[in-house]
Amino acid sequence: MNARRDAITDETTLMSKTADKLSELVDWIDVRFPMTKMLKEHATEYYAAKNFNVLYVFGALAMVVLVIQLVTGIFLTMSYKPDAEKAFASVEYIMRDVEWGWLIRYMHSTGASFFFIVVYIHMFRGMMYGSYKNPRELLWIIGMLIYVCLMAEGFLGYLLPWGQMSYWGAQVIVSLFGAVPGIGEGLVEWIRGDYFISDITLNRFFALHVAAVPLALIMLVVMHILALHETGSLNPDGIEIKEHKGPDGIPLDGIAFHPYYTVKDLVAMIVFFAAFSGVVFFAPEMGGYFLEHANFEPANPLKTPEHIAPVWYYTPFYAILRAVPSKGFGAFLMAMALILLFFLPWLDRCKVKSIRYRGWTFKLALTVFAVSFVCLGYLGMQPAVEPYVTITRIFTILYFSFFLFMPIYTRFEKTRPVPERVTYDQ
Amino acid sequence: MSAKSGLNRRHFLAVATSVAGAAGVVMIAVPFVMSFKPNAKAQALGAPVQVDISKLEVGALVRVMWRGKPVWVVRRSPEMLQRLKGRDAKLEDPRSEKFPDQQPAYAQNETRSIRPEILVVLGVCTHLGCAPIERFDIAPVDLGPDWVGGFYCPCHGSKFDLAGRVYAGFPAPSNLAIPPYRFITENLILVGDDTGAGS
Repeated sequence: MNARRDAITDETTLMSKTADKLSELVDWIDVRFPMTKMLKEHATEYYAAKNFNVLYVFGALAMVVLVIQLVTGIFLTMSYKPDAEKAFASVEYIMRDVEWGWLIRYMHSTGASFFFIVVYIHMFRGMMYGSYKNPRELLWIIGMLIYVCLMAEGFLGYLLPWGQMSYWGAQVIVSLFGAVPGIGEGLVEWIRGDYFISDITLNRFFALHVAAVPLALIMLVVMHILALHETGSLNPDGIEIKEHKGPDGIPLDGIAFHPYYTVKDLVAMIVFFAAFSGVVFFAPEMGGYFLEHANFEPANPLKTPEHIAPVWYYTPFYAILRAVPSKGFGAFLMAMALILLFFLPWLDRCKVKSIRYRGWTFKLALTVFAVSFVCLGYLGMQPAVEPYVTITRIFTILYFSFFLFMPIYTRFEKTRPVPERVTYDQ
Repeated sequence: MSAKSGLNRRHFLAVATSVAGAAGVVMIAVPFVMSFKPNAKAQALGAPVQVDISKLEVGALVRVMWRGKPVWVVRRSPEMLQRLKGRDAKLEDPRSEKFPDQQPAYAQNETRSIRPEILVVLGVCTHLGCAPIERFDIAPVDLGPDWVGGFYCPCHGSKFDLAGRVYAGFPAPSNLAIPPYRFITENLILVGDDTGAGS
């Protein structure tokens, strides 16, 4: 009996001794690097509203996809050859000869599409609950820059397998810069580094895809999180929890990001990985939407595929480009479709943030915008024939109406009273 | 020296250093920006190419590569040339006047060529750079009863006639480009160089 008690006491002392050693190590680090301080600031003492719904997991999921893309991308770089003569074959080599190469490549190609699925939901969440509004304008703009970088990253990466769609997609998109007045043709030649999409173009796209743009992305993501933690996360009620603090200075409606939201994000990650694995293992091409069929044929500068369509995540913008029968104006509208999103915080004049308390005009406008975006995405995949052309023009007008009339319909919006504290009835 | 003048001098030095530094940044950016331009090797590969048309049959098309772009040489039949006439109203720019840079001066005519029967044209759609398809058949089902032969771009539906002139109402803004070329002999064309050609 006594011996046993002694053993337990010994174990406890040993554990507390280990704990002491560990806290000594933490202290040692904290003197030299603000580890504990940062953990508190960004996790254990970062307070987010307690009424988050499922739409609030997509920011964390976007980070998960970023990590997937970085890790798989680094491993792909080890076997891929950025050379017009060898690129297509080196992708086949990864698929057939490299151990588990097919899995790494399918994770990367599926990750690209999932990145956009996650980011589109994340952005739409922001639009629903007014996450872009004062004081979060800069947070929204940094997010938009991340989105633009993602589009660039996807486009640059799509040339690398050097398939037919890689080649002709790049041809179409690069020649869009020819619409810039005055310097167009010279600019296109400067981007390609040649008189056509060639080995030189492939080589520089590779450099931008694996080094330049990912670096910019990572820096922007860090800025996005810092900006978020400065203003604090908004919530589905669109009210500032910082306005009601307890005597301890902690928002009454706030809960610590860690552990309360990290544990919820973990659940989301499990669901995400289930869906992600489903695609990677059972439908990596996703019926031609994630990996287009034409890209299984090596690039041929003399033969255009019958039907050129970009990957699904660009098709809303591509549809707008094609809706206009003039090259210059089409490219201009396509650019505006993206640029106008940056100005959302200033176009929206309504004081109420969340869609829960906003008037029917905004609810209708946001629905029209979402439907237009999805329909344009579908139409951008279809051939440019009637009736698609006319329908595309109608949805293009609706898409732009959302932005252009926003200062008017949001100013005279009939809103409902916003509660003082978050609603939370579970 | 008073404190104020010291501050002024310090301010001046700081501004002068910043300006000099900014000028240095601009100057060192130049080599990096210029390195993106087509390099010496790419320029050398962009040299002119010869096309032998002695075996090119009437109504047939031959493709050659010049600067990585397909150049089509078509020997048009008298009927094909006849069909170029009288359709000006349907064409965006029948006399090739709107975009004078789309062809050398010696090809700015109704047939858009030096010799009427020989068409030399870049097979690159002026919309977004796709490769149009030659459709010399008349009134096929997919292109409609009005089609008298020409080039059709499968990407976005632009239509061109047998002289590469764009039909009005399609996304392509201008006629297909005519590259600089000249006849070395009766049956030998040099694409990419027109020294002494035309006039």
